[in-house]
Amino acid sequence: MPSLKDLRNRISSVKATQKITKAMQMVAAAKLRRAQVAAEAARPYAERMETVLANVASGVDGDGPALLTGNGRSDVHLLVVCTAERGLCGAFNSSIVRLTRERANSLLAQGKTVKILCVGKKGYDQLRRQYEKHIVELIELRSVRQVGFVNADAIAKKIITMFAAGEFDIATLFFSRFRSVIMQIPTAQQIIPAQVAASEGAASGPLASYEYEPEEGEILATLLPRVIAVQVFRALLENAASEQGARMSSMDNATRNAGEMIKKQTIIYNRSRQAMITKELIEIISGAEAL
Amino acid sequence: MASFHFELVSPERLLFAGEVEAVVVPGTEGEFTVMRDHAPFMSTMKPGVVEVIENASKKVRLFVRGGFADVSTAGLTILAEQAIPIEELNLERIDAEIKIAEEDLADAPTEDARRIASEKIEQLRETKAALGL
Repeated sequence: MPSLKDLRNRISSVKATQKITKAMQMVAAAKLRRAQVAAEAARPYAERMETVLANVASGVDGDGPALLTGNGRSDVHLLVVCTAERGLCGAFNSSIVRLTRERANSLLAQGKTVKILCVGKKGYDQLRRQYEKHIVELIELRSVRQVGFVNADAIAKKIITMFAAGEFDIATLFFSRFRSVIMQIPTAQQIIPAQVAASEGAASGPLASYEYEPEEGEILATLLPRVIAVQVFRALLENAASEQGARMSSMDNATRNAGEMIKKQTIIYNRSRQAMITKELIEIISGAEAL
Repeated sequence: MASFHFELVSPERLLFAGEVEAVVVPGTEGEFTVMRDHAPFMSTMKPGVVEVIENASKKVRLFVRGGFADVSTAGLTILAEQAIPIEELNLERIDAEIKIAEEDLADAPTEDARRIASEKIEQLRETKAALGL
């Protein structure tokens, strides 16, 4: 039976925890709003980029650049895993890591080589245990407060350099798509070779009349790296929004749990206090009767 | 004069969307003007100034760096890596930024930081050249 002092301490410590989780929830809510705005603002560019790529790619027949058609092999896979830099955001990091792990295991079972590029420290921490020797690099974005296109561009450049050096054949991006505060969907998206929305290209009508300056091939060569950068950028933004959403809902849960615990502990505290008073009274009364 | 739809987007946001009369675009192979019912056309851009003529009395000038201009039946879309309204640019500011970037380069601790700093200097110099300052 804990003493009254113990109970009092316990309640005040839970109260302190609740204050922290509450504050974290509010901070996450504010950050979420900002992340959502950023994600939304980036959408037009990504969408236009996709249509442009579809237009250009449908105009190119036969051999396009390797970034578009692949290098004909599929032996070495690069998994680019985007996660958060911080924990305490529910299952956000774990669900991305789980998806990656499933993919990596199935690829390994097929006898392919797997390389992992981690963006964000939490994913690295979790993957390191199992895939230490597969991880080629860790890119930390801890010092970055708001992901900018520059960050995405740097990552994309790194990936493209690796591809040009023949270090991998197929690259897949892992991140969490933001649906709502309570729903984030871990997603895998292939970025090299680029996947063009084929139906769109076919539906947009007479493309033969399109003129290019410089030639299609040259345009594609400058366009593709940028498309990859945009995809990475989008993944980072979606991730940022998802992370804050996940943190917000998990902190909300934590705050509620703390509230419940406080309630329970307070009842125990009051009961034992009352029990003690009753006991003392009985002692006094029975002492008085004995006289 | 007949107008058409024009959009200027950068990765971070949509900078301009609306009906305009003409747009002058700095293409890699020369400057060109897009007006209504231009044939479908696509070009890369060099760093330079995009001039948007909304109507006879209203013109907007923006500096863009790297990107594409896509003319389709739906209108003109410019995908720029970076776009800054020209009023926000002036010689002193660019020079000051070059100086800061150079200092960054001088005491960059890592290979990556050095690369970023030197890229930045490169970009700023391009900007300066494109503005003809």
